[in-house]
Amino acid sequence: MSRAGRQVPEEMLTLDGVSKVYRVGTFGGKSLVAVNDVSFDVGDSEVVSLIGESGSGKTTIGKMILHLTSISSGAIRFNGVDVSRLNGRARKEYYRHVQGVFQDPFSSYNPIFKADRIFRTIREEFFPKIDSHEWNEKIDSSMRAVGLNPDEVLNKFPHQLSGGQLQRFLIARALLLDVQFLVADEIISMLDASTRVGVLNLLAELKSRGLSILFITHDLSLGYYISEKSVILYRGCVVEMGPTEQVYHHPLHPYTKMLMACVPRLGMKWECGEIEVTNPKVKQPDLPSGCAYYDRCPVAGNKRDCSTSPSLVEVEPGHFVACWRQTKQES
Amino acid sequence: MSLQVKDLTVYYQTLRGEVHALESTTFGIADGEIMGMAGESGCGKTTLGQSLIFLHPPMKLIKGGVTLDNKELPIGDMERMNNFRFKKVSIIPQYAMNAMNPTRKIGKMVADLLKSRNVDFKSLLPELKRRLDLVKLSYDVLNMYPIELSGGMKQRMVMVLSTMLNPSLLIADEITSALDVSSQKAVSEMLVQFRDRGYCKSVIVITHDISVLYQIADTILIMYAGQLAEKAPTDVIVHSSQHPYTKMLISTLPEVGVRYVEKQLAGIPGGPPLLLKPPVGCRFRERCPLAFEKCLEKPPFVETEKDHFVACWKAGA
Amino acid sequence: MAQPRKQNEALYFMRRNAKLQIGVAIVFLFIILALVGPLLTKYQPRDYVAPSAQPPSSEFWFGTTSFGEDVFTQFVYGLRSTFLVGIVGGGLGTLIGILIGFTAGYRGGIVDEVLNMLTNIVLVVPSLVVLLIVAAYLEVRGLVFESVYIALFSWPWAARAIRAQTFSLRSRDFVDLGRLSGMKPLKIIFTEIAPNMMSYLLLTFILQFGGAILTAATLDFIGLGPTEGMSLGLMMNNATTYSAIMLHMWWWFIPPGLAITAIVGSLYITNVGLDEVFNPKLREM
Repeated sequence: MSRAGRQVPEEMLTLDGVSKVYRVGTFGGKSLVAVNDVSFDVGDSEVVSLIGESGSGKTTIGKMILHLTSISSGAIRFNGVDVSRLNGRARKEYYRHVQGVFQDPFSSYNPIFKADRIFRTIREEFFPKIDSHEWNEKIDSSMRAVGLNPDEVLNKFPHQLSGGQLQRFLIARALLLDVQFLVADEIISMLDASTRVGVLNLLAELKSRGLSILFITHDLSLGYYISEKSVILYRGCVVEMGPTEQVYHHPLHPYTKMLMACVPRLGMKWECGEIEVTNPKVKQPDLPSGCAYYDRCPVAGNKRDCSTSPSLVEVEPGHFVACWRQTKQES
Repeated sequence: MSLQVKDLTVYYQTLRGEVHALESTTFGIADGEIMGMAGESGCGKTTLGQSLIFLHPPMKLIKGGVTLDNKELPIGDMERMNNFRFKKVSIIPQYAMNAMNPTRKIGKMVADLLKSRNVDFKSLLPELKRRLDLVKLSYDVLNMYPIELSGGMKQRMVMVLSTMLNPSLLIADEITSALDVSSQKAVSEMLVQFRDRGYCKSVIVITHDISVLYQIADTILIMYAGQLAEKAPTDVIVHSSQHPYTKMLISTLPEVGVRYVEKQLAGIPGGPPLLLKPPVGCRFRERCPLAFEKCLEKPPFVETEKDHFVACWKAGA
Repeated sequence: MAQPRKQNEALYFMRRNAKLQIGVAIVFLFIILALVGPLLTKYQPRDYVAPSAQPPSSEFWFGTTSFGEDVFTQFVYGLRSTFLVGIVGGGLGTLIGILIGFTAGYRGGIVDEVLNMLTNIVLVVPSLVVLLIVAAYLEVRGLVFESVYIALFSWPWAARAIRAQTFSLRSRDFVDLGRLSGMKPLKIIFTEIAPNMMSYLLLTFILQFGGAILTAATLDFIGLGPTEGMSLGLMMNNATTYSAIMLHMWWWFIPPGLAITAIVGSLYITNVGLDEVFNPKLREM
C-alpha cells in the first residue's frame, strides 16, 4: 500500500510498496513472495537498520536497491527520482551514488587476483580519463578515511589480509565513487568480535560525514548501537518500524517483543518459563492471506480480524506497527 | 574431577609446516558443569573440542593426555576411542543439521546408530520417546525424512541422538550459530535441561557468542591463539575478569542499551598471530596494552582465586 | 595472473602426481612420433614398396600390408591426422561448449532454457545416422569436415560442464561486485569468471581431445571417415576388411589399435591426475 496522499519531504531513498515474487514449483505454477509490499525510507546522513531473521527478505530488499535483482512491483525512489527499472548508462550513473558491501569478505574478492584490483575496476569503469597521480591521491585519501595503512594492504592477495581489512577495503572502494548511500548487508557478521566494533565505528563515522546507510542485520544489539531508525521484517513484511530506541524499549508487535525477549544479552538472563518452540510445517510458498505472524502469535486476536493482512499504522510519532491488536487498542 | 585435560598439545600438518593450533592446555571440568569455550577465529576451541573425540589427520597429538571419570581417554588412538565415542564422550557437531543422511528415515538412522554400538533399539524406544517429548518433537519425527524438518527441529533431533547413551561428556560445537533467535533460546535451554536430568554429565559449549554462554554456562573458558587465557565462573568472566584479553573482549560486545552516540566501543587493534611460527611466550603480547618483558616467557595457567584460573603475569592489574 | 602461491602449489603437485606424469609422457611420445615419424620414412602411405604381407623386419619396421604398403609409414601419417582431428575437433567442440555454457550459466532464465533445449536436441540426435545420410551426398570428405562434424556433436558435454561451473561462480559475491562496478556481462565473464575456471577448461579440453580421437577412429573404422588420406582408424578398417586377423598379420592392426588405446587412455589418466592436482579434496595427503 503506498503512502500516497501524505505530504512528505522526499527522503534520499524511498521504498514504496516494493514486492518481490518468485515463480517456483514445476512449470512455475506457484509463487513465493519473498518481499511483500514493503515501504520505508532513509534520509540524509541516516543509518537505518533492517532487522530480520532468515527468510525475512532483508537480503532481497538490499539486492533490489542495488539492482542485482529485479523488482516485481512497487517503486524505489532515489532523491525523488524513480529508479525502479534502470538499464545501461542510467544504472551505471546510479552506481556512482549507491553501492553495497556484502557479508562474506573473502567471497567478495576474486581469489586469483590481488585485492586492490577492485580499485582498478572502478577506475576503468568510472574514471577512464583520470591521470595516475590524481588517482593515487584518491586511493590514498580513501584508504585513510577507512583507517587502512596503504603500505600494509596494497599489492596483496585477499588471503593475505584479514576479514576486517577486506571489509574496510570494500568500503574504501565505495568511497572512491561519490557514494551517498551504502547498503551494508550483514557486513560484520563474519568478522571476529574484536574487529567488528572497529568497522562498526567506521560506519558511524562515515555517517557523520554525510553517508546514509541501510544496515541489514539479524543481530539486534548491532542495530541498536548504530542506527537511528529500525525496520523489523518478518517473512517479507514490515511488522514494525520507528526510532530505534522506541522500537527496542517499547516494542509493540508480538514478533518484536519475542525478538527482544529471546536475544541473549550480557548481564541479563532470559526470563525463565516454558521453553517455547514452534514446529513449523513444511514451508509453504504462498503467503497466508492474513497476518504473516498469525500461526506463531501468542496474542492473536479473533480469526476474522487477523485473516486480513494488517497495514502499518502510526501509533506514536514515527513509530509504525502492523498489528490489528495494536490498532484496535488505539481505536 | 569429571574431565581432566593435561598439557594437551595438538598441531595441524600442512604443506607449509605445522600449525600450532593448541599449545599445552591444562584445565578441568567438574561433574555436571556446563563450561563454555569462547574465543575468536583461530583460538583453538574447535580443535580442542574435536581432539577430545575425533583426533584425525591432519591433526596430530604432540603431547598431553586426558582423563575422564578417572580413566584415561585414549584420544590419540582412533581405534580405542571407538569404545568411548557416543557412550562416554559425545558430540553435537557444527552443522549438525546436515549431518543426517537425507535418504534415510530418521527412525531407521537412530536404530542403525544404536546397533553399531550394540544397543538394542527397541529397548531404548520408551526412553527415546520421553526425550523427544522433552524437546517438543512428536514421535512422528521418527518416520520422517530429514528434509521434512526445519533447522531447529533437526538440531533438536541431533541433540537427542547424541545423548541417547547418557555420555559423561557432551561437546556442543557451535550448535546455535545457524539458528534463528527463538530457536537459539529453545536449544540452549534444552541443553541445560539435558544436564539437569542427567542425560549428560558435563557439557562443553563451543561458541563465539559470549552472550549465549552468559545465559546457560556455569563457567567460561576464554582461549586465544591456541592458548588458554582465563577460566572462571560466568559472572566473574563477564563482570570481573583478570586477563587483559578477556577484559577487552567483553568490552567490545555491543549490547542492547549501548549506542554509538553515547559510548563509543573500542575494538582490539591488530589481529591474532599466525600459528605456523607462533610468537614466543604469551601470544597476546603484541596486542596487549599491559605487555612487558616478562611476557616473552609463557605465563602459567594458575588459580588466582577459587575456581578462577588466569594465564597472565599481570593478572588482576 | 594466478597467485604465485597457487601456481607453485599446482606445480608442486603436478611434479608428484604419477598419473599425470605417466599420461603426459605417453601422449608426448606419440606426438613426437607423429611429428618426426614422416621424416623417417621415404615412402607415402599408399605406395607399393615391398612384397605384400611381410612381417616386421629391419627394413620395414612394422612390416607391410596385403598390398605391399609400408605399415610404419601408414602408422606415422595416421598419427598425424589423428592428432589433427583431436585438436581441431576437440578444440572446436570446446569452443562452442564454452560459448554456450558461459551464456547459459551467466544469463540464466529464458536464455538458459532455450540453450538447454538446444543442448538436449543435439544430444538426442543420432550422429551416426546423420553422418550416414550426409556421407551419401558428400562423395569426397576431408579431415576438416570430419573434425567439424565431431565438434558439432560433442560440444554438449563441454557446454553442460561449463554451464554448471559458471552457475556456481556467478552466485559468488565478487561477480555481484563486478556488476556493482558497472561492468558489462561479457567483461565479467571473461575477466572474472573464466580465469577462475582455467583448470576446469583445461580438463574439458583434454576430454574433448581424447573423445574426438576416439570418435574419429570409430568413424574411420566403419568407413565413414575422410575419403582421402590415412588414419589409424582407417588402418584398422583395412586390416579387418582384408582379413588380417585370420591371416595372422598382427603387425597391421596391433600398432594402430594399441596407439589409439594408449593415447586416449593416457589422456583420460592425465585428466584424472590433473583433477587431483586442482582439487585438493581428492588428494591423499
